[in-house]
Amino acid sequence: MTFYTALVIMGLLGLTLGAIVGVFVKLFKVEQDNRVELALELLPGANCGGCGRAGCADFARALAAGEVTPGNCPVSSVEQRAAIAMALGIDAGPIEMQQAVVCCRADIGAEEMNYNGVQDCNAANLVAGGPTTCRYGCLGLGSCARVCPFGAIEIVGRVAVVHPELCTGCKQCAKVCPRNVIKMVPANANIHIYCNSPEKAAIKRSLCAAGCIGCRKCEKLLPGKIKFDGMLAQIDYDSPDAITQEDIEKCNCPVHGIMSEKERYAVAKNAASGGKRA
Amino acid sequence: MKSSRNVMTFAGGIHPHGDGKSLTCYTPVQNAPLLDKYFVILAQNAGKPPIPVVKKGDRVKKYQLLAAADGAVSANLHSPTSGIVSNIRDIQGTHGVPTSAIEISADGLDEADSPFAPIPDWRHADVDILKQRVIEAGIVGMGGASFPTHVKLSPPEGKSVDTLILNGAECEPYLTADHRLMQEFPEKVIRGAAILGRILNIGNIFVGVEINKLDAIAALEHYAGDYGVKIAYLRVRYPQGSEKQLINAITGRTVRSGTLPMDSGCIVQNVATCAALDDAVTLGIPSVERIVTVTGEVVVKPGNFKLKIGTPALEAVRFAGGITEEPGKLVFGGPMMGFAQRSFQVPVCKNTSGILLIPQKQAYNFESSGCIHCGRCVQGCPMNLVPCLLSTAIEAGRFDLAAENHIMDCMECGSCAYVCPDHRPLIQNVRHAKAELRKQMNASKEK
Repeated sequence: MTFYTALVIMGLLGLTLGAIVGVFVKLFKVEQDNRVELALELLPGANCGGCGRAGCADFARALAAGEVTPGNCPVSSVEQRAAIAMALGIDAGPIEMQQAVVCCRADIGAEEMNYNGVQDCNAANLVAGGPTTCRYGCLGLGSCARVCPFGAIEIVGRVAVVHPELCTGCKQCAKVCPRNVIKMVPANANIHIYCNSPEKAAIKRSLCAAGCIGCRKCEKLLPGKIKFDGMLAQIDYDSPDAITQEDIEKCNCPVHGIMSEKERYAVAKNAASGGKRA
Repeated sequence: MKSSRNVMTFAGGIHPHGDGKSLTCYTPVQNAPLLDKYFVILAQNAGKPPIPVVKKGDRVKKYQLLAAADGAVSANLHSPTSGIVSNIRDIQGTHGVPTSAIEISADGLDEADSPFAPIPDWRHADVDILKQRVIEAGIVGMGGASFPTHVKLSPPEGKSVDTLILNGAECEPYLTADHRLMQEFPEKVIRGAAILGRILNIGNIFVGVEINKLDAIAALEHYAGDYGVKIAYLRVRYPQGSEKQLINAITGRTVRSGTLPMDSGCIVQNVATCAALDDAVTLGIPSVERIVTVTGEVVVKPGNFKLKIGTPALEAVRFAGGITEEPGKLVFGGPMMGFAQRSFQVPVCKNTSGILLIPQKQAYNFESSGCIHCGRCVQGCPMNLVPCLLSTAIEAGRFDLAAENHIMDCMECGSCAYVCPDHRPLIQNVRHAKAELRKQMNASKEK
């Protein structure tokens, strides 16, 4: 008898509680968007913060909510971006890849001042405007290399050089640089102008032997490929006709400020090992 | 001197040995000859720089207004001599970055034309007129911070100020500009203090002087009684001349973290500021000159000079007889809190109390490894901070931890770095962290 009583009580109790749970599940149902998890799966998962959000999960949520486009994730590849857009059924937006370039050749041009303080660019820049003669050039103390989540920046001698094959374009380095010498350019571009100083030619020349002197020779010889921003030549990356190695030889820049990434690295290595200066 | 006098001081701080004051403290202030060109930097005050009211090619007279204050926290700027405004352009500033300056080509006549008249009867003049004069004359704190003085003279509603303290401590090694000022022009200092007292309606006025300047104390005491000013003797100790330490030494009050001296009922002014105020009121001339100590072991004839603002450092060193050997560093201000300069062309500003040339053998580079937690910086810190903890936190990128440990209370006096046996760059770390925290604060404000 006791056995049956227990069975009935336990059975009734189970049914009642089950009914309550069932009612509450219906009442407080949370709408799950499975697209968030889908997006998170497709994202690179670097958690670098390059998108300006608190990691990949937050970015995935923003994607599903339509606040951002896949192109806002700087480290994902073009294929990944297209895949995310397709899977989520959203507009892909601009999806070109970017990369960072340190537009400076202070290692072979500018004189260095006597500085033995904190080895951090932001701290050094506070001491009388920084320990280099040029106020716009790379300080070479490696704040960018330390924040790079992909190890893409190497300090060669006195200047930072980006390894394009490792750079994902997450912009962390550009954000930390106190001199704004790191520029974001399209990832397929290979040739850059290595100077960042808007100073007048005479002043620039007195501070650095490798600075752009604003002679406008390149602009005349390569119309459409190079534009001028004040006293500083700049590659027009939007130009449909990309600048080539022959173009560099053709315009023969007097300070050799236009060069390919490969050549830039070789020059920096050579200067660091005590090679010739500009 | 009475032997039983009460010498006041504060807790913490250091004794820099070989303070270098004897190089210049015995020689009288010399007048500097007129130069061909003066470079008057616009941003000579804390806050907004004034806006130029002259243009290129204008003829100006001595004391004429060059730039007018832009808003409340800003100060007027006047011409140091007569001549022609030959250019307005960017030159090397005192903080290492180019800054806008008015270049004046002197005509050699030094023709004066002051925009305002003296107020000889200041004892009975209207307080508002005196206050207006402080604004007109472009007076800023000449101790180093260059904060516009008129802002300090208008305490906000509900804050009662009962004590005015004049800072004549001059605790920075090497500098003797205030020392010579107090000794040679004691009446100007005391009268300036009395005028300030009248503006603020305060009778309780102290001049705080370190007891290594007994001759200056004697000179001040001669006039102090006539104007109802008291002299406070201070122990020789760095940073005795810091606002909060001075208040604590003289009144025993503590200026709490995050509050202003006004909240403790005190206002502190530098003695040179008082002398400039006295000039503006009793002589009717604006602030265009100051006493500058040009010193250092490599200077041929170190001394104090009355320099017009806009005098390049190179010329100032030339007045002092030039140099015996190539200096390692050029510093504006004292060796503890001064700023190293990039170029000898940087001109003297209203807050330049000294031009110091450091020999190469003293400007050598230190090697520092790691903090050994000896705690000497903790003993030395006059603000009761823990510099070793702050700097290790900053080196690890933990600016939030530094903020929690009151890094914003640090006044960068350098006592900790002076006593550190490992020569760690403590102050540079602090400045770096403060800049980063300010950046973060601005970023969160924008959001």
